Amino acid sequence: MTITLARDKDAPTDAERRMASPLAIRGLTVSYGQKPAVFSVDMTVRAGHMTAIIGPNGAGKSTLLKAALGILKPLAGTVTVLGQPMAWQRERIAYVPQRASVDWDFPTRVIDVVLMGMYGQLGLLGRVRAKHRAQAMDCLERVGMTDFATRQIGQLSGGQQQRVFLARALAQGADLYLLDEPFAGVDAATEQAIINVLKGLRDAGKTVVAVHHDLSTVRDYFDDVFLINTQAVAEGPVATTFTQANLQTAYGGRLAGAQMDALAETLVGAGAGTGAAAR
Amino acid sequence: MIWDALLLGLGYNATLVTLGAGILGIAGGVGGSFLFLRKRALVSDAVSHATLPGVGLAFVLMVALGGDGRNLIGLLAGGAVSAAIGLLCVNWLSTRTRLAEDAAIGAVLSVFFGFGIVILTYIQTMSSGRQAGLESFLLGSTAGMLQSDAMVLVLAAALTLALVLILRRPLTLVAFDPDFALATGRNVNRIDLAMMGIVLAVTVVGLKIVGLILIVALLIIPPVTARFWTERVDRVLLGAGIVGGLSGYLGAAISAAVPDVPTGPIIVLVSFALFMLSLLCAPGRGVVSSVVQHRQYQRRVHLRQGLLALAQGQPIYERLTQRLMERGGLMRGDGVATDKGRVHAAKALLDEARWQVVRSDQAYAAAALRYDGLTEMSSVLTVDQIRDIDARLPAPQGVTP
Repeated sequence: MTITLARDKDAPTDAERRMASPLAIRGLTVSYGQKPAVFSVDMTVRAGHMTAIIGPNGAGKSTLLKAALGILKPLAGTVTVLGQPMAWQRERIAYVPQRASVDWDFPTRVIDVVLMGMYGQLGLLGRVRAKHRAQAMDCLERVGMTDFATRQIGQLSGGQQQRVFLARALAQGADLYLLDEPFAGVDAATEQAIINVLKGLRDAGKTVVAVHHDLSTVRDYFDDVFLINTQAVAEGPVATTFTQANLQTAYGGRLAGAQMDALAETLVGAGAGTGAAAR
Repeated sequence: MIWDALLLGLGYNATLVTLGAGILGIAGGVGGSFLFLRKRALVSDAVSHATLPGVGLAFVLMVALGGDGRNLIGLLAGGAVSAAIGLLCVNWLSTRTRLAEDAAIGAVLSVFFGFGIVILTYIQTMSSGRQAGLESFLLGSTAGMLQSDAMVLVLAAALTLALVLILRRPLTLVAFDPDFALATGRNVNRIDLAMMGIVLAVTVVGLKIVGLILIVALLIIPPVTARFWTERVDRVLLGAGIVGGLSGYLGAAISAAVPDVPTGPIIVLVSFALFMLSLLCAPGRGVVSSVVQHRQYQRRVHLRQGLLALAQGQPIYERLTQRLMERGGLMRGDGVATDKGRVHAAKALLDEARWQVVRSDQAYAAAALRYDGLTEMSSVLTVDQIRDIDARLPAPQGVTP
């Protein structure tokens, strides 16, 4: 509530922030049938940072991402990319969907999936030339999958499939990367490979936004955090926003006490709170 | 006789039909490929059945206007219009209502077909005596195919191939990952409509030869057959074109050579024969190949388990394991290990112990993923890495004889 009030007072700077943001969402509402999955959400992503979207199951994390990308049609709200409507800026956005969203028995090879990220650049009839192939191989190299280039995608493990999806997003050559649960169900080596690539993008000045579910890694992986439970709960740098109070608001009673204690040391402002009391 | 037919030696009309059916087969196979890849194969069944009322109404209309009711172009145009309406109905029902697509297909297919049959029955009672032949749209007929009909086929086939070629990238993207297609700004609905337009074109021109009940086979069986042989979209298209073309050509030739054999059903049976051949014999995805691979894998598992049992001095109970061990010269008939068996058993046990180390060490997480109880460690890790692991093995245990 206080956040909203502060924004009203600083209206001009807020508008400026939104103009400069690689992803600014205002008043976004998406509903399935008569029940809103995301209600009147504002979000302003900081350029050149990594933002985690966190919240309980069914809080609308993926829905928010899909609506921001135009995959779902929102009931209300606007999405702007660097001050312009998202639809005008699509070539600056790369997307990594949830792994389970496609049929992995599709007749296609790893390299072909990466080349799909370059279809916009290739056009309808443009031939795939050696330089495109080299570019695709380079993307596979960055996720450590060059050895698998000519494998059928169904032969890959879950973690390898996720890396191929990331390579396809890299091939899009975008400035803003939106990822839907990139670490869900992958092995530790893949998680490390993915986070290294994402941090590399961030260090190169790109912006990364990821739906994330593992609260214990938020502090290590991300700069900013956006908490959602149908409505926006809080947003800002991890250091000031990833607090016990905000988590409690977002998750309600769904975060068990034990989980909270395990998190306590990574949380801000927990210090003398429950951590000490538990001991 | 059959050779004459295959070599186009049965006269002008038979040659026209055979070539026409071959071209229709190519167009059907290529045009149906993305329908199959998009997992919407049955939509084509709704489309084909929905042509019937249009064909009937076109006949009635042409007769009422004083024309020739059997004008093929007019009948096909009517069929195309009602098929398009049926298609839009399926789309609307499955996207705007709670009906799933299969239910929408069932509803549209039966209602349109039923309506078509009513119109056909009405036509039979009409005073115009020239209605004969409309039933041939149900099961197809090649009698009296004209050169102009063949030209329509060639044109439609060329159009279909060109459209698929131009749209192959968006169609692939939508079939594999529609969310990604949307996120990159593709209009998925429009691409789906284009795909259905291709299917509709093939269906309408194929009505006369194969008939509306069986045309779906020409759209679906060729890509399904091609899928057995390849893991690439472009080769599925190519293979489907070949299978479809071959089915059409062979089917039409056979029915021309053998009297009183219907063309459409024979074409479908030929494509089914090619399908069965692929189902059984294709490498990798074929049934025979799967069975062989499974058996080989099962033997490897049994051998490995047998060796580990041998190394740990446990008895082997399974007959298959015993047989494999004896045949490999690893064990004598009385269950005692041979020298060779002891060597192999010790190796298997060492490999297993090394894997234990690898799987418990986070630093080897990538390698640990390759553990399946069968893969030899030397094929996954370098010599240096294995030396490092060996240094951490618990004290060596003797191999029980």
